[in-house]
Amino acid sequence: MNNYDNLDELQMSVLSEIGNIGAGNAATSLAHILADKVMMSVPVLQIINVSEMATILGGPENELAGILVNMTEDVQGMLLFLLDQEFICMLVNVLMDEHIQSLDEISDIGLSAIMEIGNILSGSYISAISTMTGLNIGLTTPQIAIDMAGAILSYPAAQFGVMGDKLLFIAEDFLSGDSAIKSHLLIMPEPKSLQLIMESLGVC
Amino acid sequence: MSKLVVVGISDQQVACPPDSLITYALGSCVGICLFDTMRRISGLAHVLLPQAINGCNRNEVYKFADTAVEELVKSMESRGCARLHIVAKIAGGANMFATTGRSIGERNIEVVKSELKRLNIRLLAEDTGANYGRTVEFDTQKGSMIIKTAGKGNKIF
Repeated sequence: MNNYDNLDELQMSVLSEIGNIGAGNAATSLAHILADKVMMSVPVLQIINVSEMATILGGPENELAGILVNMTEDVQGMLLFLLDQEFICMLVNVLMDEHIQSLDEISDIGLSAIMEIGNILSGSYISAISTMTGLNIGLTTPQIAIDMAGAILSYPAAQFGVMGDKLLFIAEDFLSGDSAIKSHLLIMPEPKSLQLIMESLGVC
Repeated sequence: MSKLVVVGISDQQVACPPDSLITYALGSCVGICLFDTMRRISGLAHVLLPQAINGCNRNEVYKFADTAVEELVKSMESRGCARLHIVAKIAGGANMFATTGRSIGERNIEVVKSELKRLNIRLLAEDTGANYGRTVEFDTQKGSMIIKTAGKGNKIF
């Protein structure tokens, strides 16, 4: 397995299930943080190229927050959460009791709150993978970039561009109160690690 | 009517006035604008990586800096440009996430510059590095490179 292109149907459904459980954990964590009920849609797993991904995210110049976490120990690779302006503002406003309306207004303390959210969300997905596979997976401290979608995506594109142009991503809607939050997660284990995950689950 | 010719990732295009060339949201990628000052023909390439390493598809010549620059020069020469009159302006090569060690952006810039040197093309201007994305538009009439950013202002080179 060198490439996300040649995943078969069974492997795709395994990854979808990881996404499903991860999103369930994430929804529970978000509900705690927001002190509100958080519902989630069924996650959609897709393997697409960077340009298509940018289109899904509202065009290459659409401003987003990207939260990057690297996986370490048994599994190598990265998780990249792409959260839209509305979601970020809502989180900062609830957590920090602020009233911001755009990403330009985020304070440093707002940024660290977002990183903490990144920590919690990535932990939700990683514990899903760990529980299912029994693998030991560590996480690095999250890093955040607020910029154009295309520019943020250049990071995973370059990291994984050597093995093809495709990215593996999970789209997920969270519903809290009146607001529907779209979140996108790129989950990119290195080829060897992806194989290890599959083997640990008895899928080869 | 002037057109905006869009250059995708790992892609290149050549255009003449009154059209403009544009490539959106460069992060660690580098945009290379070449301009023939006599014939006023311009080219823009958008490279993703410095060079192909083992296991890559070597046919993707526009994806890698070590092949894309020369390919763009060739495309321009086939449209009647002379190497002697081609000048360059480059942008991009940012490090979007604070990583340790040398970033892909830095290595992209390095390879693009050494390729320009090898091909005897003068680098007139650059807006490279830092940690933010850039959209690059090239005005083929004036030979100017317009940089647009999210929250970091716009610049003309």
